[in-house]
Amino acid sequence: MRIACPFCGERENGEFTYLGDAKPQRPAMVALEVAGGAAGEAEAFYDYVYLRDNVAGEMDEYWYHGGGCRSWLRLTRNTATHEITSVEAAPGTGASSSPASTAGTIS
Amino acid sequence: MTGSLSLTSAEARFAAGAKAPVAPSGSTQSNRLDTGGLIDRAAPLNFTFDGKAMTGFAGDTLASALVANGVRLVGRSFKYHRPRGILTAGSEEPNALVELRSGARREPNTKATTAELYQGLEALSQNRWPSLRYDVMSVNQLLSPIFVAGFYYKTFMWPAKFWEMIYEPAIRRAAGLGRSSGLADPDHYDKAWAHCDVLVVGSGPTGVSAALAAGRAGARVILAEEDSRAGGRLLSDGGEIGGMSSREWLANALAELSSLSNVRVMTRTAVFGVYDGGTYGALERVNDHVATPPEHEVRQRLWRIVAKRCVVAAGAIERPIVFSGNDRPGVMMASAVRTYIERFAALPGKRVALFTNNSDGWRTVEAALRAGVEISAVIDSRPGIPEELRAMAEVSGFRVFNGVVHDVRGGASGISRISVAQAKGTTVEIAADTLAMSGGWNPSVGLASHHRGRPTWRDDIAAFVPGECPPGMVVAGAANGDFSLGACLRAGHAAGIAAAAESGRTQKAGSPAAASDEALSITPLWHVEGKHKAFVDFQHDVTASDIALAQREGFESVEHLKRYTTLGMATDQGRNSNVTGLAIMAEVSGRTIPQTGTTIYRPPQVPVAIGALAGHHRDENFHSTRLTPSHRWAAERGATFVDTGLWKRAQWYPLPGEKDWLTSVDREVLTVRNGVGFCDVSTLGKIDVMGPDAGAFLDRVYINAFSSLGVGKARYGLMLREDGIVMDDGTTSRLAEDHYFLTTTTAKAGPVMQYLEYCRQVLWPELDVQLTSCTDQWAQFSIAGPKTRDLLREIVEPSEDLSNEGFPFMAVREVKLRGGVVARLFRISFSGEMAFEISVPARFGDALARNLMIAGKQFGVIPYGTEALGVMRIEKGHVAGPELNGTTTAGDLGLGKMASKKKDFVGRVLAAREGLVDPNRQVVVGLKPVDKARRLRSGAHTIPKGARPSPETDQGYVTSVCHSPMLGQWIGLGLVERGRERYGEIVRAHDPLRGEDYDVEICNPVFYDPEGGRQRG
Repeated sequence: MRIACPFCGERENGEFTYLGDAKPQRPAMVALEVAGGAAGEAEAFYDYVYLRDNVAGEMDEYWYHGGGCRSWLRLTRNTATHEITSVEAAPGTGASSSPASTAGTIS
Repeated sequence: MTGSLSLTSAEARFAAGAKAPVAPSGSTQSNRLDTGGLIDRAAPLNFTFDGKAMTGFAGDTLASALVANGVRLVGRSFKYHRPRGILTAGSEEPNALVELRSGARREPNTKATTAELYQGLEALSQNRWPSLRYDVMSVNQLLSPIFVAGFYYKTFMWPAKFWEMIYEPAIRRAAGLGRSSGLADPDHYDKAWAHCDVLVVGSGPTGVSAALAAGRAGARVILAEEDSRAGGRLLSDGGEIGGMSSREWLANALAELSSLSNVRVMTRTAVFGVYDGGTYGALERVNDHVATPPEHEVRQRLWRIVAKRCVVAAGAIERPIVFSGNDRPGVMMASAVRTYIERFAALPGKRVALFTNNSDGWRTVEAALRAGVEISAVIDSRPGIPEELRAMAEVSGFRVFNGVVHDVRGGASGISRISVAQAKGTTVEIAADTLAMSGGWNPSVGLASHHRGRPTWRDDIAAFVPGECPPGMVVAGAANGDFSLGACLRAGHAAGIAAAAESGRTQKAGSPAAASDEALSITPLWHVEGKHKAFVDFQHDVTASDIALAQREGFESVEHLKRYTTLGMATDQGRNSNVTGLAIMAEVSGRTIPQTGTTIYRPPQVPVAIGALAGHHRDENFHSTRLTPSHRWAAERGATFVDTGLWKRAQWYPLPGEKDWLTSVDREVLTVRNGVGFCDVSTLGKIDVMGPDAGAFLDRVYINAFSSLGVGKARYGLMLREDGIVMDDGTTSRLAEDHYFLTTTTAKAGPVMQYLEYCRQVLWPELDVQLTSCTDQWAQFSIAGPKTRDLLREIVEPSEDLSNEGFPFMAVREVKLRGGVVARLFRISFSGEMAFEISVPARFGDALARNLMIAGKQFGVIPYGTEALGVMRIEKGHVAGPELNGTTTAGDLGLGKMASKKKDFVGRVLAAREGLVDPNRQVVVGLKPVDKARRLRSGAHTIPKGARPSPETDQGYVTSVCHSPMLGQWIGLGLVERGRERYGEIVRAHDPLRGEDYDVEICNPVFYDPEGGRQRG
């Protein structure tokens, strides 16, 4: 498999490390003065950490270009064919701007 | 199979071509023609087969040389040990497998048909004992009623334990193919990358035509050919192209290809697999054709070829017909007979018969007649044999029978008679020493199907052609079911132009060369009923009746058929047998062939040696090795090294006269605790965290606060995973308002860097912070012991204040060393002693180690290794890798109070889960044997006294142990249920692995200096 890193160009997949599903978003950091955390945060984090769709088809994923520019990339890859339809730098896609009570669940 | 079947000029050529085989004087080559062939008669080569001396010529394969020497019996089959001869002339050969070379280079299961002959070649036949001719195990043939499909499952079922003890070893002894040398491979293997616009697989008429077109169009082309010589069937099939002989056309085409700087022709290179993103695996047999590779050269090279487009012109493989005795030596594929005659000038026999179901097989008759071989008969199963073929027979004076071969007779040295059942009902006996058979051609659909595209059936050629191909690939020529020479040339040309255009190369490519379009005219015939065994898979001895049996027993699906009968699972991977097996299954199950389906094709298409896949990554080069800055110096001192990940670290520094490692380690610990010692700790991961938000960033990833850390201070930090389990720990210092220096454990240096980058880039890009790994940039030494300051004062500028007031515990700052180097000094301690860590740019690490020894001589300084480091941290109850084992929480480690309640951090939420705060959890405690002389072992489980050892009574286990010279006994750390409430309790250390069971006391994990006064002094 070859991944077209937006910074380094097309490289073979041995340079990259796979993380997984890019859909779940980490609930936002909270100020702890709010009585030790936000309401419902345990459930939101449970979803964020453990629940994953088992996608056969197009899936958004995080890959790390550790053998190159050290960028985290967000790919759209077909898990059945390995076809990659989009690669972009990942900044800011992994965390919700909202606290746990309203974010982090997988639709 | 390409080339012209022009019969108009046949007569003249047959008359002109009569050449009787003559054995040159001093030669053993009784079946060699005195002219013709692509061999160099001026370069004779000596070789041995089963110890017998023979000769051949440069240009021969081992198989062609054996044919030239009149050798017919070359091996024994896998199950029945039946005598077998050479069947094919290519990489699909199932029978002629030999052990090639001797000693450490002995290689089993080498195909004689692809092994190029070289001076001194040694080959042994396989799977026979005591000799090829008299094989004891051929008695299996008499037992064949029990060796039917699935016989392993049926016969060796009971009693169960007999399988491992008796059946399996016996079967392995009886059935094994060749023997591996059992010695390390003395040769080198290489791995390389290549990139091109167009990869062309196969150099027959289609491939050469495609490469020419793409090359002329300006594409960067790689033409890969598994054979030693480019040309494919053009080397064997004769014919005319563009008004010249096909060999002349080939020579011109190859000359043009080599004149094009954008075209690379790679012979001896087999493309074996299609991977994602246009990546192809190929194996180049760089030096398999010589006895030993020349110095500094590799034996084989594994290529990964990245191609924008790929034209598969891999040709087709002729398939056998299944009839009684079709495996006898002397029965050979018709195309192989032609190859041996035309390409190698070697005659497989002197009286050749042909059994065919198509017109292409008749070209073998043409070739044989040209070589002056007697044709004893042609048996053509088709109801309407074309008139022009009958006319050829008449002119040349051989008989033609419309019918089938239903039996052959002859011993181990080859066939002698053939029984023909004529369509009109009568039976005829024919004398012949060679039977060429042609059951039609199977396009090589393997590569095209590597992405799970299923081949599709074509009735007109009675064969599968590629279905949906991997992206960027087209299949052309015989591999796509176009069997005529003209069609191959046109298809190759068109594919070459299209592939070049799709990769942006559109210069003029001319027009394709012209040749005739002869028809295959096949009428399928798969299987002839007969009295004796009729083989489908030659190497695995799968017969037509095995397939019928599998069907009767319910193994009708092709995947079941394959596994139940082992059809197609031999080294040829079914290239000779799969389609025929399917056809027979279709017949017996009353379905069509497409309904029956095909199995899945997977790489590799040809066998690839593990050595080639490993390349240089073996032995000490299996992975890269990282050396500490003081490595050379430590090696000079005779240090014992230990592998920690990729690093080599000094484990201890034995002195002359020390009888074992424990003596050395005890001495190192005692010297540090009473004097001073130093240890290279450069392997810890080091990361510079810089930017205005560096503190805020660290607050989020550590459970404790770092934004509140003063400049010039260090703090121990703990990171959790998002699920609340401890990820890593380390000391992080604040060097400036916006500059932190973070350290990780040695093992987690890479993963923590990757994780922090994830946090920075993916989670919180709004934080203004940058990360830089600087593990390799700094040489860092821990200097520990009560005389540490005395030693340091000898190496730093006298103006530097190292007093407790001027440089308190957990302080950090730059200091100037004598001589001008600026170092960073950290007052931190892992050993529990008064200690500093000093770091200098890595290039000064070696000099620093040497200078510490010189400056410290007066204080009795010693270097200490990772063992002493470990002893001292266990004595102090400091947790490390065995405790940070991916199951423990901060609370388990006794570090729960570090968690900040004023700020959020990764892992906070899930660390509060019920199960992770359960008071019954196993927590870190100290453990020491009640019998002080007893050695404690890690891995032992803690069981309450009096309880029976079981998972229910298991309360924890020993994680780290050492011999403590300070306590004079073995001590350890462990994880024990409610351990902190149980100090003083005696439990059992139960160690079934080592057969030990002894009493240990649970205690405070800080064994030594629990008040911590020493490190603050």
